[in-house]
Amino acid sequence: MKRKMLFAASVLAGAGLFAGAVLAERPLTVVSWGGAYQDAQKAVYFEPFKATGANMIDESWDGGVGVLRSKVQGGTDSGWDVVQVESEELQIGCEEGMYVELDWDKIGGKDAYLPAAVSDCGVGSIVYNFVLGYDKDKIKDAPAGWADFFDTAKYPGKRALRQGPKTNLEIALIADGVAPADVYKELATDAGVDRAFKKLDTIKKDLVWWKSGAQPPQFLASGEVVLTSVYNGRIDAANRTDKRNFGIQWNGSLFTLDSWVILKTTPNLDQAYAFLDFAGKAENQAKLPDAIAYGVTNKGATALIDPARLPDLPTAPENMANAVQISDSFWIENIDKLTERFNTWAAAN
Amino acid sequence: MKSAHPATLTERIARVVLVVSALSVLFFLIAPILAILPLSVNDSEFLTYPFRGFTWRWYETVFSSDKWRLAVMNSFLIGIPATIVATVLGTLAAIGLATADFRGKAAVSALLLSPLVVPIVIVAVGLYFFFAPFGLTQTYTGLIVAHAALGAPFVVVTVSASLASFDRNLSRAAASLGAPPVTVFRRVMLPLVAPGVASGAIFAFATSFDEVVTVLLLGAPHQRTIPREMFSGLRDSFNPTIAAVAAILVLLAVLLLVSLELLRASSSRMQRRGEDR
Amino acid sequence: MADLTTLPDGDLARDLKRAERRRRLTAMMLVAPLFLFLLVSFVLPIGDMLRRSVIDTEVAEVWPNAAAAAAAWDRKSEPGEALFAALGRDIRTSAGERTIATPARRLNYALDNGRSLVLGTGRALKQLEGEPASWRATLLAENPAWGERMTWIALADAAGPLTDFYLLTATDLMRDANDDIVSRPPERSLYLQVLGRTFLVSFTVTVLCVLLGFPVAYLVSNAPERVANLLLILVLLPFWTSLLVRSAAWIVLLQDQGIVNDILQALHVTSEPIRLIFNRTGVVVAMTHVLLPFVIMPMIATMKSIPPTYLRAAISLGAHPAVAFVRVYLPQTVPGVAAGALLVFIMALGYYVTPALVGGADDQMLAYFIAFFTTSSANWGLAAALGVILLSATMLLYVVYARIVGMGRVKLG
Repeated sequence: MKRKMLFAASVLAGAGLFAGAVLAERPLTVVSWGGAYQDAQKAVYFEPFKATGANMIDESWDGGVGVLRSKVQGGTDSGWDVVQVESEELQIGCEEGMYVELDWDKIGGKDAYLPAAVSDCGVGSIVYNFVLGYDKDKIKDAPAGWADFFDTAKYPGKRALRQGPKTNLEIALIADGVAPADVYKELATDAGVDRAFKKLDTIKKDLVWWKSGAQPPQFLASGEVVLTSVYNGRIDAANRTDKRNFGIQWNGSLFTLDSWVILKTTPNLDQAYAFLDFAGKAENQAKLPDAIAYGVTNKGATALIDPARLPDLPTAPENMANAVQISDSFWIENIDKLTERFNTWAAAN
Repeated sequence: MKSAHPATLTERIARVVLVVSALSVLFFLIAPILAILPLSVNDSEFLTYPFRGFTWRWYETVFSSDKWRLAVMNSFLIGIPATIVATVLGTLAAIGLATADFRGKAAVSALLLSPLVVPIVIVAVGLYFFFAPFGLTQTYTGLIVAHAALGAPFVVVTVSASLASFDRNLSRAAASLGAPPVTVFRRVMLPLVAPGVASGAIFAFATSFDEVVTVLLLGAPHQRTIPREMFSGLRDSFNPTIAAVAAILVLLAVLLLVSLELLRASSSRMQRRGEDR
Repeated sequence: MADLTTLPDGDLARDLKRAERRRRLTAMMLVAPLFLFLLVSFVLPIGDMLRRSVIDTEVAEVWPNAAAAAAAWDRKSEPGEALFAALGRDIRTSAGERTIATPARRLNYALDNGRSLVLGTGRALKQLEGEPASWRATLLAENPAWGERMTWIALADAAGPLTDFYLLTATDLMRDANDDIVSRPPERSLYLQVLGRTFLVSFTVTVLCVLLGFPVAYLVSNAPERVANLLLILVLLPFWTSLLVRSAAWIVLLQDQGIVNDILQALHVTSEPIRLIFNRTGVVVAMTHVLLPFVIMPMIATMKSIPPTYLRAAISLGAHPAVAFVRVYLPQTVPGVAAGALLVFIMALGYYVTPALVGGADDQMLAYFIAFFTTSSANWGLAAALGVILLSATMLLYVVYARIVGMGRVKLG
């Protein structure tokens, strides 16, 4: 018995020590948006960065400033270090003191980046669009814009939108006849918000919500939905790597910029800077568009991109023609209130 | 069921209805598990039928991926210590509960068993708030403690069950023959409760091995376990590697089931031998 | 043996008593480690969570003066200059120190535009030099909402240290401008509906489990041992198979291109795929599958203990077999059915993983929202309040269960 107890105790102690040892070297955790995009980042940034001897691990998330608030709420390490955030998450989190204020000298200086990519707490990573995606093999008659997305007579079947109010209210208003340039003017009024929800109501029973960016191409591939809002790069990736024949409607698409931030609870600050520096270098960024059709932020990178690739990118003039930039100022003011309203609306029967 | 008189037509119909409905329910229970297995060797990017052709590549993906290797390591790194803690503490407590009555025993045993019924999300959220100030979220220690607490009641129940059939006179006899209490425990009690301890340990391990909610809330990204990885796989990238992992887990379930049956058999053999004496 | 107490000297009795005491002590010492372990890893954390449902110190920590002044306010008179001044100074300080987000978030729970009200005022006051002549005028000029009674009620509510705000929210109630408790407007109400949904899904699953489990249990308990063991394995294999595997299996089976839809279309039951997963149907089917073994096992235990002679006797006395079954056999199965059903209901109430994987947005139950407010919204007070509701429901049923079954008789697998 004594021997057994001794044995059990030593096993316990051993397990504890082992766990402690594993714990002591928590790897740098970089959080991005999963799926084809993160695969591209893995090839272009993460693996080469690890090859320099860095101990890092990548994780994916589906966005939401509340998630980040929960991560820093306790004030202790939450397991995440570097996170790629959307533009309003960057502004809100910075204002709330959730991120480290960047020391730009450690990542190549402000001048190295496009002006839009520079802010107190974040450095821009990609430029991308929310577009209308469909499967050309199944739909011969290409949808012309968001109005067709809401036309269940012309395109019967389920359609998918991103879960949450952002992008969907814009899409609903454009579909309801508001000019893309006037969308935020309309949304600034209560009547405009009501109008957007009312428009969404018309197809609520036909809607499927996606959370992660990897889902819309899967939904299209499986035939689960006929139309979907989707990041432009995911459609391009599905066509290139999965031999799909998906189409993009750029008309009325919404473009924006994602940024890297460092959570203030990080125990790996130096490594976090080392990663941002690595992912910000022109020669590294220039490889990204080839892996996934997004624009990048280092001024020097554009010249290094293969010209044949440029028409696929959000930055091509013909793709920009009738696109609208997602308004940070609107969503900073309204994301909490509208998220609550959206969740209640979506969760009610 | 045998009746004394010849079965009437209604009885025969009733029996057919009963057997058919029972068998359909059993089919409902087992069919989904069998249905996913072929997809683990289906040569198609998507997790759907029809069966296109045979391939091992999904298993190769699983075994060669860092993600799944890490998940397997984490599942054991958390599961084994949690099982040890749960088994040691649970066995001692069950023996204690069987040794004597004391004031508040009913309340104490209700408390010891309550992790069985309290929703796991409550436990996980409680620990999330409670551990944060001590820096125990995002640690292996935190997860091990959580899983040990969830697994211990199973050990209490299984060991108590084998103690219930344990003849107290045996230990009294041993003691009256001059055996010191520790010897009585080791030579008389332990062999008899061993099957109960072992099945309790299996329950505790299975609990940890299939637990996803506390890992979701308390675990760091590098502490993802197999079920946690399955959980994100089911939400984000629904592809046949999931089926390959599922097939491995079904195999594991069969192993657990078989070992439990063997333990049950050995336990009842032991009890029968005890009665013969 | 003679009665111990009548023995001339009480040595033996004393010895026995001492031995008994020693045994009791040993028993308690053996139970203590697990008891203490669960106290720290289970009871205290849950207690701490429950405490959070009524604790409200977020505003007071950042705005100590404003919180104290608002707590002292009678909630009826017009807020005076002193109150405005305390708030104005606190807002300015917190904006400078970047701590203002916390009270802004807290007020946003209660006020429609609470967050932008606080942050906007903070941005403006940060530029302000020195003391203004009237803090009231300054704040009102910045945002007229500071003149509304609702704003001040919300602030007084949030001043702490205790609050009923989260518990009220969790039951779709709120305080209005007169400080009366009223229902929340429908577009901001959700949790009573979620609670109802949680009970409805659990109830449906329980009923299905009992109906489906009964014939299986009957067959197993009346079959020859060899057959019964084989059938039992078919029940136990799913029981031991990972929850995640079973969810995956149901997604495979029930998705639009899944086997079930293929069969339905081949049989011309439907011309296009029926939606069977990521909705209520999927949740109920998958949960029933997961919980079915938990109701079958106690039913088998009960049915095996029913002597077949009773039924035979009733029939041989002339009762119609169906009548005999209903009047004689069925009542004897009630304890097993009740125990299994209650267990399934209790377990279903707290389900998180299955609905999260196979349900849609409008199928999520209480547990989902508790996790959501913890990890995705940082509204820990509301998470705790919803936890109070779920835990009380569970514990109430647990007590009933313990009464019916007796905790000593909990059986596994």
